[in-house]
Amino acid sequence: MSALAGSPVDASAAAKARSEQVDLRREFDEVGIGEVLDQLDRELIGLKPVKTRIREIASLLLIERIRKRMNLTSDVPTLHMSFTGNPGTGKTTVALRIASILHKLGFVRRGQVVSVTRDELVGQYIGHTAPKTKEILKKAMGGVLFIDEAYYLHRPDNERDYGQEAIEILLQVMESQREDLVVILAGYGDRMDKFFASNPGFRSRIAHHIDFPDYADAELLAIAELMLRDMNYKFSPEAREAFVDYITLRKTQPLFSNARSIRNALDRMRLRQANRLVADLDRVLTVEDIMSLEASDVLASRVFRSKSAPELCQSDS
Amino acid sequence: MRVTQGCFSFLPDLTDGQITAQVQYCLEKGWAVNIEFTDDPHPRNTYWDMWGLPMFDLRDAAGILMELNECRKVYGDRYIRMSAFDSSHGWESVKLSFIVNRPKEEPGFRLERQEVGGRNIRYTTKSYAVDRPEGSRYGGK
Repeated sequence: MSALAGSPVDASAAAKARSEQVDLRREFDEVGIGEVLDQLDRELIGLKPVKTRIREIASLLLIERIRKRMNLTSDVPTLHMSFTGNPGTGKTTVALRIASILHKLGFVRRGQVVSVTRDELVGQYIGHTAPKTKEILKKAMGGVLFIDEAYYLHRPDNERDYGQEAIEILLQVMESQREDLVVILAGYGDRMDKFFASNPGFRSRIAHHIDFPDYADAELLAIAELMLRDMNYKFSPEAREAFVDYITLRKTQPLFSNARSIRNALDRMRLRQANRLVADLDRVLTVEDIMSLEASDVLASRVFRSKSAPELCQSDS
Repeated sequence: MRVTQGCFSFLPDLTDGQITAQVQYCLEKGWAVNIEFTDDPHPRNTYWDMWGLPMFDLRDAAGILMELNECRKVYGDRYIRMSAFDSSHGWESVKLSFIVNRPKEEPGFRLERQEVGGRNIRYTTKSYAVDRPEGSRYGGK
């Protein structure tokens, strides 16, 4: 730590370091972020603007790392981020990747991600909040603290709410221990904007605001197929067509949460497929039978039935 | 007189960088680190007050340094030590302990001789610091 914090260097050493040349390619390969970025491209479908921002941040940090080694800078860059977007758009997944990039570049020492919500930070009685928040902060030291639905920390309607105390501790640590901890705040776009408006301290301490767009229909289908492949399932051609219709219909219904809804839908389809297979016990099954989801598994969904009464469809079914 | 107990106590006081390195070693071994403080320097005083709870499940020493600095703010005029507790089966005891903060002046100990029957003498040590009431030793209010 003390070595990183930029000890006074005599002029000759600084001059020597400046004349040194840097092989950017080797530097890039050495830290291994190329791998993480490729993985990000491969495993995350869509999210173009997010990927571009992450590449930008990664490049900035790579250069920052070289500058630090050449004694051109000694400051720790502010790395706190905010992720805004609708549910199920991959905010948590991206946070995990960011942590791994930061760890590889040496901007966080351990690279763990501690994911919390209001419940873990805010206490229930006077004097409960500070130890609770500090406990979480201590766990996250050397890594990334991911605060999901961060706007719940601030309750404007209750001025004696303990959330304010947690916010103050967070702000203080975000400022004074920038080299120890990276904080990522996540939540829905409009409510995060309100949250930042009422807590200007947060906005100014966060360097990178990343907005997560909703997925297009084709991307959702690709996500579904990727998920199925990971679970060793696949759609039959008819099922695939039915699922395209399912996505279009589901999107018009309330409580649609992008990739998460897709995952839930797939889980229910697996359930129906299992039911269908077990219904006929005398049949001899092939691997193909067990792996493929049929159109009937998709079409049995409540989404297709509730066209007339969408208000009844409260859950993801 | 400089109190020497626990690890490293014959060395010059550890810097924060050295404390961090020691604490990180403990964390990597999976030990829970505690911060304890006292103003009674007698070597037989094993029960020091704890600063907060033992810190389990941490990955990085920065969090513990944060607590230590808090503790120094309040009890900077007393002895503060770190102890590392190994909870694994069969050990369940403190594996490492070292002083991380000490009062500016340590007045030392006096030796008391008690003459008892048959020309025998009993010895006892007493810290000059404990002549004053708890909390106001070492220049505290």
